[in-house]
Amino acid sequence: MSGRIPAWLVAALAASLAAAGTSATRAGDALPTPVAPNMLSPGRTFAETNGASLYANACQGCHMADARGAIGAGSYPSLAGDQNLEAAGYVVAVVVRGQRAMPAVGRSMTDEQVAAVADYVRSHFGNAYPDAVTAAEVKAARP
Amino acid sequence: MAGDQTVKATRRDLLSMIGMAAGSAAMYRAMTTLGLAAGSDYAGPIRLDGDPKGASVLVLGAGLAGMTAALELRNAGYEVKVLEFNERPGGRNWTLRGGDTYTELGGARQSCGFAPGLYLNPGPWRIPYHHRALLDYCRRLGVALEPFVQLNHNAYLHSASAFDGRPQRIRAIKADLQGHVSELLAKATQQGKLDEAVSAEDKEMLLHALRSWGALDDDYAYKASLLTSAYRGHAKDPGGGPGAAPTPSEPLGLSEVLRSRLWRYLQNFSAIEFQTTMFQPVGGMDMIGKAFGRALGEVIRYGAKVTRIQQDGGGVTVTYADAADTSSVAQEKADWCVCTIPLSILSQIPIDVGAPMKAAIDAVPYLSALKVGLQFRRRFWEEDEAIYGGISYTDLPIGQIAYPNAGMNGGGPGVLLGAYTFEGANGYEFASMAPAERVARVLDIGAAIHPQYRAEFDNGIAVAWHRVPFTLGCAGNWSEEARAAHYDDLCRIDGRIVLAGEHASYLPAWQEGAILSSLDAIGRLHERVVGG
Ligand SMILES: Cc1cc2nc3c(=O)[nH]c(=O)nc-3n(C[C@H](O)[C@H](O)[C@H](O)COP(=O)(O)OP(=O)(O)OC[C@H]3O[C@@H](n4cnc5c(N)ncnc54)[C@H](O)[C@@H]3O)c2cc1C
Repeated sequence: MSGRIPAWLVAALAASLAAAGTSATRAGDALPTPVAPNMLSPGRTFAETNGASLYANACQGCHMADARGAIGAGSYPSLAGDQNLEAAGYVVAVVVRGQRAMPAVGRSMTDEQVAAVADYVRSHFGNAYPDAVTAAEVKAARP
Repeated sequence: MAGDQTVKATRRDLLSMIGMAAGSAAMYRAMTTLGLAAGSDYAGPIRLDGDPKGASVLVLGAGLAGMTAALELRNAGYEVKVLEFNERPGGRNWTLRGGDTYTELGGARQSCGFAPGLYLNPGPWRIPYHHRALLDYCRRLGVALEPFVQLNHNAYLHSASAFDGRPQRIRAIKADLQGHVSELLAKATQQGKLDEAVSAEDKEMLLHALRSWGALDDDYAYKASLLTSAYRGHAKDPGGGPGAAPTPSEPLGLSEVLRSRLWRYLQNFSAIEFQTTMFQPVGGMDMIGKAFGRALGEVIRYGAKVTRIQQDGGGVTVTYADAADTSSVAQEKADWCVCTIPLSILSQIPIDVGAPMKAAIDAVPYLSALKVGLQFRRRFWEEDEAIYGGISYTDLPIGQIAYPNAGMNGGGPGVLLGAYTFEGANGYEFASMAPAERVARVLDIGAAIHPQYRAEFDNGIAVAWHRVPFTLGCAGNWSEEARAAHYDDLCRIDGRIVLAGEHASYLPAWQEGAILSSLDAIGRLHERVVGG
């Protein structure tokens, strides 16, 4: 499912003027255009096929679109310019095993997907680590 | 004769109970692992006898665990203070109504546009009848309850890949599955194929039971008739006057039912946690948190973000920042500390506890979950489809659609729960979207089940729990291994600190677990205090 907003909804939203002054979703609101298209996988596992898409649909939920994380009563760590990412093995281990509150999202990804998203994070958001992760390394790191 | 029958029936019942117990042991193990088969072991209000001699306790977090501890310890004579990050009591016990605003992590702010009286419970929404501690507090605090409908036979089961995507009424799937299975079993019984498993004496009773349970006819067949229609629904319903006789509906074929896989949703109605009677507070789940909050009054300091927890032989020192201005920092001291901060957050806070407890705090990942509330201009599910309360289940990414259990048959707008999902890729994908996009996607998907969405949508609000600032997730997701390795260390009193919350219970992701964990923790703490 490559999620586009259906015509009927756009029409419904455009037809109403009720929304003035709030940011909740109302009939009449312009819907945001996501930077990377968000998708919904058909099954329990991630169907995204490249690092950018995996980041935008899995990691972004907590680490945010700019990878800077967020702060509330606790916080999600920033991955932007993050020296912890230098060790590829660390990144892979966190993704496939989880760490503290972070679930092992990599369990719902193939070895190739984990490698792709690790590479993506390690080469974007102000990170520029050139060594690529292999699927075999991911396989070996799984619990 | 009558006496004879009673004796036989009793023996039979005993045997069948033993047989069932053996056969379902594996199932039971699986269910308790999931926290599913567990009732509550609540044995009545806690008694904290003995004089705490002015001992002070600092409670961290004003969710149900924290407020239970605060209320009971104060009643027992302790000097109690609570530090809470939010500006309201309740924690995950939370309700969104028209006029409320909610800002999630990442900064997206939503204002709820629901009409007066309508609401979304983004977190807890239902209470099993056996969650006796929670029910007891509701009674003591004057929180009015009403039934929560878990099973509505007229709601839907839906699969995108079955019946051309047409939703099926729960009653039809249930009746047809039971009917066909009964017919098969009756045939096998009559052909003597079950003779090894069923005694001659039981055979006859089994056939009676199958006929009764499966709506079979005199020949033990399950087929279109007024009898089966009385369970699965008629093709034409009965009316008054001439020509108003009902006509039977045609059951779905066994293979169709099996291949649809819709039967798997029937489990949602049979586990003890979902059996009738279930409850909800009148007016929204946060009525409970608010009632606790009123009872505690000034004891709770809101807008206090705990950033450090220290202890030494003399007491506990907790550092906290003003949640709105984190440069403003203060400290609070007490003799003891009951910490109910979710582990997702506590694992990030420097805390003076031993290595075993610290390892336990770090061992629990937090689940994803999504809830989306949708207000429609009219209650079409009631008006058009005769669905009053209850839940439809689907294999689409929205997981389920739940209908409001209040204001039924009253007309006017209504708020549906348009999506409720846990984990899986979709949990993360929904959290990754902007709130407005979540609402839009949920509307688009749900329109496959209720096409009226298209004309009737008014406004909506979406809560993805990994984005909730005060929990960073829905609930602790203990694995069996982590529980075996760490759970006892998590619960043990470490010096002057004890932890409580749903994460420190065997009823994870239930409010009852939060309360029972709290009662257990303060009971042990109190023993230490009065015991010397
Ligand atoms: C989607 C969903 C559905 C659920 N459905 C049900 C249901 O139907 N029925 C049911 O009974 N239960 C349900 N639950 C579970 C129930 O909500 C929890 O088990 C229960 O509310 C947890 O209570 P608690 O006191 O342990 O934690 P919380 O309610 O999370 O309380 C912890 C408190 O600590 C505060 N806090 C966090 N960090 C800090 C800090 N740094 N400084 C100060 N304070 C802090 C928080 O703001 C919060 O108030 C559901 C939960 C979710 C998320």
